[in-house]
Amino acid sequence: MTPVPPSASHLTSRHKTNWSEMWRSVLRLSGRWRFVLGIAGALFVWTAAFSPWASFAFGYPGKMTLSGFPGGARVYLLPLLLLVSLLFFTLPVGATAGVRAALGLLFIAGYNFIAISWEGDGVDAVAWGAWIALLGSLLLLWAFASFLWEEADGRSLSGQTAGHTAVKLPDPIWQMLLVFGGVPALLICFVYALDVEESSRFVSLICCLGAGSAALSSLGFFNWTSELLARQRTFAVILLLIAALVFPFTQDGNGYWLRVLISVGVFASAAIGLNIVVGLTGLLDLGYIAFFGIGAYVSALLSDADFTTVHVRVPFLLVLLIGATVAGLVGIFVGAPTLRLRGDYLAIVTLGFGEIFRITMNNWNGLTRGPNGIAGISDLEIPSLFGSTPLNFGDAHEVFGVSLPNFANYYFLCIFLFIGMAILFSRLGNSRIGRAWMAIREDEIAASSMGVNPVRFKLLSFALGASMAGAAGTVSAHVTQQVSPDSFTFMESILLLAAVVLGGMGTIPGALLGAGVFYLLPEKLRAFQDVRMLMFGAALIIMMRYRPEGLIPNRRRKAEFREEKSRFSAGFLKGTGELDLMQQNPVQEGGT
Amino acid sequence: MKSVDSDFSPSSLSGLAGNFPPRVLLRASGLTVRFGGLLALDAVDFEVREGEIVGLIGPNGAGKTTFFNCLTGLVMPDEGEVRYKGQLLVLRPYKVAEAGLARTFQNIRLFPNMTPLENVLVGRHCHTKEGVWSALWRGKRFREAEASARMAAAEFLDFVGLVPDEDLSAHSLSYGDQRRLEIARALACEPGVLLLDEPTAGMNPRETQAMLELVQQIRDRGVAVVVIEHDMRFIFSLCDRIVVLDSGCKLSEGTSVEVRKDPRVIEAYLGISPE
Ligand SMILES: Nc1ncnc2c1ncn2[C@@H]1O[C@H](COP(=O)(O)OP(=O)(O)OP(=O)(O)O)[C@@H](O)[C@H]1O
Ligand SMILES: [Mg+2]
Repeated sequence: MTPVPPSASHLTSRHKTNWSEMWRSVLRLSGRWRFVLGIAGALFVWTAAFSPWASFAFGYPGKMTLSGFPGGARVYLLPLLLLVSLLFFTLPVGATAGVRAALGLLFIAGYNFIAISWEGDGVDAVAWGAWIALLGSLLLLWAFASFLWEEADGRSLSGQTAGHTAVKLPDPIWQMLLVFGGVPALLICFVYALDVEESSRFVSLICCLGAGSAALSSLGFFNWTSELLARQRTFAVILLLIAALVFPFTQDGNGYWLRVLISVGVFASAAIGLNIVVGLTGLLDLGYIAFFGIGAYVSALLSDADFTTVHVRVPFLLVLLIGATVAGLVGIFVGAPTLRLRGDYLAIVTLGFGEIFRITMNNWNGLTRGPNGIAGISDLEIPSLFGSTPLNFGDAHEVFGVSLPNFANYYFLCIFLFIGMAILFSRLGNSRIGRAWMAIREDEIAASSMGVNPVRFKLLSFALGASMAGAAGTVSAHVTQQVSPDSFTFMESILLLAAVVLGGMGTIPGALLGAGVFYLLPEKLRAFQDVRMLMFGAALIIMMRYRPEGLIPNRRRKAEFREEKSRFSAGFLKGTGELDLMQQNPVQEGGT
Repeated sequence: MKSVDSDFSPSSLSGLAGNFPPRVLLRASGLTVRFGGLLALDAVDFEVREGEIVGLIGPNGAGKTTFFNCLTGLVMPDEGEVRYKGQLLVLRPYKVAEAGLARTFQNIRLFPNMTPLENVLVGRHCHTKEGVWSALWRGKRFREAEASARMAAAEFLDFVGLVPDEDLSAHSLSYGDQRRLEIARALACEPGVLLLDEPTAGMNPRETQAMLELVQQIRDRGVAVVVIEHDMRFIFSLCDRIVVLDSGCKLSEGTSVEVRKDPRVIEAYLGISPE
């Protein structure tokens, strides 16, 4: 270790006890040691991947007692290890990436270490492989971190430019080939991840993927891919669509994952509607699920269910329209008085409206059968394109010699629903109306001074969002086959909102990814059922700290969060007439 | 003509035919605004004629910004009315903008996360009519309207000396560029009267000079301009007519020479009477 200059340590200890400084000065490594420790760490982890992690068999998945092959969670060390080994050659640029990848290794080792000792009743159950995995990943972390410290000290000014250099893309033909290879690769990864059964393996996989992407992101990889996808957008969307349509054929007639994906699709569609309200227009709607519920109840009541109060059956396409219209009208009813006010009144009112809706449905026994809900909703039937017999969504079908479970019907319907919503979102967002919405979000006073009627456009956005939720709700009633008040709680509104924020406000892929995270992960993390909400909460806090713009941000929104400018606070301090308006006249838009 | 409008500069008459006095575009009469006990505007009369540049000056807190807010519907006057081209203005911000009054703000209010071009496109709002269905259908009419709006917006950007950049958001522009963008956005409303609230605040002398030329060019396009400024050299070399406000009252009005000599103005600014 290099000796710390006496004056420096003197100063730090004198003025304040700066713990991170102290740790750094203790842990600082000189050039040669960094490589020695790093390589030793990599070798340790490498060995650990092929060594036993549990000392006796007790049902921990992945044959962890066996040596000589990387079974179970151990296999997920390998991709990260490969990445780390490559990163050695890119130092010091790759130091941040190295730290992230090493953290991933540490998480995998640590998680399995704890899980094995937990399930095996004590540390005795942990074999030497897990110990050296821990040791090795710590060494790697140390080695890469000391590179970072060196940069922070300003001794070496090279590196750390990867994220900021201009993105260079290959020829268009290569771009298309990359997209062409990348999308199926993603699909394969996705199907593979769904097949990972045990939660220990799944958590390790998530650690591996998370750390891997974090590492690649610090090398500017995602800037590059997002540029690539922006250039080849149509092509990528078509490929993704094909991939999504092919998915049911990979399921061997098993409907389980289709079912999960259907709920993801339905909620993603609703999330797009919410994205118009929250992401584009900047209105906080805390009762959004109520509009979804309105659609669901309309659809349930008009489908002549087994346990219902209304005995009519209306064709589904009509029901879809009715559900959307009713939800939109209720949206206007709620929004019209509220949207004239400034500030947070809308959040409060929508919060209240969500509860009112739920409680009404719970007590209106004559129509909604109260807490029992409406059950036994029949399968959808739509006129068939090919024959005279209508297409029943309850039937399994044989297509191209592959048998598709009945859920595939709903799955395809969800894809159509999502595409419809996405088209609605992108076309409206990319027009005069969308610009007016964004202008209101950015600065309502300036927008109205440019001729935008704020009440009108906020109402339009709110009602459109509501009717999109209603449309998604009509589909969801048929998928779940029953509708009851307890599926439309405040928690669901919050989950949808969290999905939009987590995915990235104002983007379609963000809404899909957010819904995926919130409705797919719980299926995979059944073992953590009790602490699920705790984990989401923690994840959201971490997100807001390190990636406030969301996972797939709008390109420019990203910049907003990255550049912390004090321009606006300066404006507030000046206290000129225009800003004071906001506080002075909260009901200023109301007519006389 | 001199006898009627001695304060009117002939240069602004290019484009207007004949020798009769230019039409009054904007007339505010008896505007009074109270904030609680504070009389921010006290029965202010004000008019703007076609093609002129009017300066609005006064010490800090005189009520200049409040006057603009009042004209553009951001603050409701307690008394008084505003007429634009003889029509009574409904004092709602978007109605005022539709009628033909556009403004900039003392503390810049752009749409920070939209590109400069999108900012200006919002300014085109009143001059495009495409609704939900046409945006969804994307028919020929929609595409043409969109294309022409974009073209117009690009022209306005170009007019104030900015280049459209798709990857840039408005808040990353330099201070002077932000002020210019705000003017381009206001011009995109194709107003008859443009209200500028301290357009050169925080600018260096070179930028101030450029702003001066820009305002003159705007006037040459046939847009009347009202400009609030503390920079007296800017005001005196630019304005055809100057209105002085002090504690909400109109103190004086006239050409730069007249205003400069007015003892009440000197007193208001220096706090002493010249005698
Ligand atoms: N919304 C408001 N509520 C209460 N008082 C206000 C409000 N807006 C302005 N004022 C007060 O009205 C007076 C006039 O303010 P105004 O902003 O119009 O001055 P100004 O002439 O623009 O000054 P400056 O040159 O500093 O911009 C000030 O005393 C100000 O504090
Ligand atoms: Mg002012």
